[in-house]
Amino acid sequence: MEEKYIKHKYEPIHPSKDEWPVVKLARERKEFVKKVADLSEDRILNLTGNNPDILKEELETTLYREKLRIKQNPWVVDPDDDGSFWSGVKSSLVQISTETARSKVKRFQEYKSVLNSITSRYAEEIASNFKATHYKFTRSVVTYGFSRLLNAARVKGFKSIFSNQYTLQDKIQITGETDQLRDLATKGTVVMVPTHFSNLDSILIGWVISVLGLPPFIYGAGLNLFNISIFAYFMNSLGAYKVDRRKKNLMYLETLKTYSKEAIQFGCHSLFFPGGTRSRSGMIESKLKLGLLSTAIEAQRANFQNGINDISGKVFIVPVTINYHFVLEAPSLIRDHLSITGQERYYRENDEFSNSYKISKFLIKFFTKGSDISVSVGRAMDVLGNYVDVDGRSLDKNGRVINTRDYFISGGEVSVDNQREEEYTNMLGKRIVEEFHKINRVFNSHLVAFVAFELIKRQNRKLDLFDLLRLPEEEISISYEEFKGNCQIVLDKINQLKTQGLINTAPHLSLDMEEVINRGIENVGMYHAKRPIIQDKNGDIGTEDMSLLYFYHNRLTGYELEKLF
Amino acid sequence: MNSKNSSKPKYIGVIGVGSFGAAIANILAAKNPVMVYARKQEVVEEINTNHTAQGKVLSENVIASNDPEQLAKSCDVLFFMVSSSGFQDVVRTFSPFLFPYHLIIHGTKGLCLNLKTGETLDTVKRIKRSQILTMSEVILQETVAVRVGCLAGPNLSKELAQGQPAATVIASKYNEVILEGQSLLRSEKFQVYGNSDIIGVEISGVLKNIIAIASGALAGLGLGENAKGLLISRGMVEMIHLGNALGGSIKSVMGLAGIGDLVATCNSSHSRNFSVGYRLAKGERLETIVSDMDEVAEGINTVRIVKAFLETADLRAPITENLYRVLFEDLEIEEALQFLMKYPFNVDVDFV
Repeated sequence: MEEKYIKHKYEPIHPSKDEWPVVKLARERKEFVKKVADLSEDRILNLTGNNPDILKEELETTLYREKLRIKQNPWVVDPDDDGSFWSGVKSSLVQISTETARSKVKRFQEYKSVLNSITSRYAEEIASNFKATHYKFTRSVVTYGFSRLLNAARVKGFKSIFSNQYTLQDKIQITGETDQLRDLATKGTVVMVPTHFSNLDSILIGWVISVLGLPPFIYGAGLNLFNISIFAYFMNSLGAYKVDRRKKNLMYLETLKTYSKEAIQFGCHSLFFPGGTRSRSGMIESKLKLGLLSTAIEAQRANFQNGINDISGKVFIVPVTINYHFVLEAPSLIRDHLSITGQERYYRENDEFSNSYKISKFLIKFFTKGSDISVSVGRAMDVLGNYVDVDGRSLDKNGRVINTRDYFISGGEVSVDNQREEEYTNMLGKRIVEEFHKINRVFNSHLVAFVAFELIKRQNRKLDLFDLLRLPEEEISISYEEFKGNCQIVLDKINQLKTQGLINTAPHLSLDMEEVINRGIENVGMYHAKRPIIQDKNGDIGTEDMSLLYFYHNRLTGYELEKLF
Repeated sequence: MNSKNSSKPKYIGVIGVGSFGAAIANILAAKNPVMVYARKQEVVEEINTNHTAQGKVLSENVIASNDPEQLAKSCDVLFFMVSSSGFQDVVRTFSPFLFPYHLIIHGTKGLCLNLKTGETLDTVKRIKRSQILTMSEVILQETVAVRVGCLAGPNLSKELAQGQPAATVIASKYNEVILEGQSLLRSEKFQVYGNSDIIGVEISGVLKNIIAIASGALAGLGLGENAKGLLISRGMVEMIHLGNALGGSIKSVMGLAGIGDLVATCNSSHSRNFSVGYRLAKGERLETIVSDMDEVAEGINTVRIVKAFLETADLRAPITENLYRVLFEDLEIEEALQFLMKYPFNVDVDFV
């Protein structure tokens, strides 16, 4: 592509890996895990009101659910002693409740020790296994391997294997507030919150972080990904801690939150996919999972409580959007989405990334055919969603410097109020969604998919979404002229929104409209067996797969652009 | 901001010394020193020397200032008690001095428009929910304060000033705001309830003013208690549907701020909104009524805004629509009443 991006060469912000917070954490892993386990125990005791009967009930519920999980949904990654551990918990619980001779205090003590054994187990399971040597190795494999593939594909001839004409940065453009991010990462703790469309995102973001010269971030990755060996290796070396979505019991969730909060307080830069899971519909996340996000707020408040009021204790939220022309999992994602919203079929988890072979195949396609990806880094905010200046100070809407600590003050001092922090988490979630929309970069493929779908919808006004998606593909045809005219209308509106700072566009959108459309059609969902947009002999627009078209169209929902139709 | 020191007792701030503001300042002054804000220098002096505000007696525990910065610095908790027409301006005056540690509770029952510069209600005619701001939304938009609450309920200022028993509701998304408001206001004579649905409570307080005008009109026509019972019940249904469309919950309309305030206002000749309706029914023109009232009847403005909102909402609100025509399109009150009596309201309760 002839677009010009300035390829920065970023120096690492901490040249020595010993200074990386994640390395320090790995060094103190044992103590850290213990701390997390003990703090989680305290939290749970607090939640159960220090009442032995409620605690007993929670323990029994957890035990029941875990037994069920082991029986109904076992995974390769599960530890071998899963069964025996929970049987042990069971017999301890039985023993405690049958021996009535014990005093109430004694019994409570024993319940607490069972609780601690569970939180310790969970904390150990969640904790990451970061090794700096693995990290370096992975990083160089990714970068080297990718650039080899890339050059082999783009530059003709046998010697091309050794050519360095193209690097990964040609394929993946990083734009936005990268300097601010680098700067703040040396001063405070960064929590990065990217949009999530594909399983590749984790690796992609890991690579972006390293290109920007930042030390590795820790992040929660679905334990299911650790089932696949190639992912497990990447994840571990990128500093991932494990999140098991099967475990929804109070004890697990509290341990997980404690882990995240303590790691942020420790100074580890973190990464959450705030959507919780990949966007099934292809829309930018509008509802966020707030559980982990709340730990950023908690950690910030805890730092204030501990008297760390300067920038070293400050937590910065950095939204990031990842834009693709093509999402490998699109067909299954949109199928999931439709079957959930349409409730016609049962919900079935379906991973395209089911084995290492498929992934490799995709990677080769990706690099040989060219499908650009852009990663936009948004402005950093404090945990309440206020922008921060170069020195990390929070600014209000009028640019006045305010103190984040003030949000946690009651009666003159920092106080703990869970209900308040819950509201703050909601506010932060809303702000992140707002920022996602602002920094989202429109690609030509998004534009054509959006316009094509909206035109088809207009032709069939009377149909609801599900009937629309069931239209026979042969019957769909939009005249090229109409299509082009409408692309221009939508693009004009997008440009107008852009001047208001409400959206961003890729530079290729400033090309001639015919060129934009041609490339857009070429790019949109380029590797799917059935293409979302096709052109017939006369140049008229049609589709081979309405659901996929809908998926790629959804990228531009949330801007009220559909009102143009 | 570390200069904040809890050693010296903080004042409680009250902005606006209209009849409601003065009544609340006096209730607050029973427990804490109070600093009120008045724009006019002579009112400030009157309060500080005579302990009266335009004739209304204030407790000796109340001092006044016309310096917003001084108020914001001396108080952690501020009560905004100004009319909705001036609300936005007053909030903007205070905005540069407010910080996230401030707790703000307002007692204003009105709506504000959020239009682009140059637009007015007359030019846009149709408005969406996003173009309407409740008073708490004004505070959130204009200031950096987030811990915001509102005060609503059957609180006729004259009765409060006489020390008659009454209750109010403080609504906020934040429990701490509710608890703080309760501890500041609660007394033997004044019960304070809490509600987390702040939008619902604000909207209830706003919409009841419309029904209050209608109630005054019925009284002015010389109609009796049957008619009033009819109006209150149908008015409540209309409030529920409108409230829902504006983002409030049904429960809040059933509470103190909705039905509680509605009954109080519809029966009270003290209420300004009630008098507007009453005098209209007696044949006076709206302009004359408005020009000789010393404080604003919020209901008039609310009718206009809600009418414009109805243009975009898929909803009928017969009382509001007809009241609009009476107020602004010279429909005779008798005709409006006729219309309502013929309106096919045949379902008694359709919202539960």
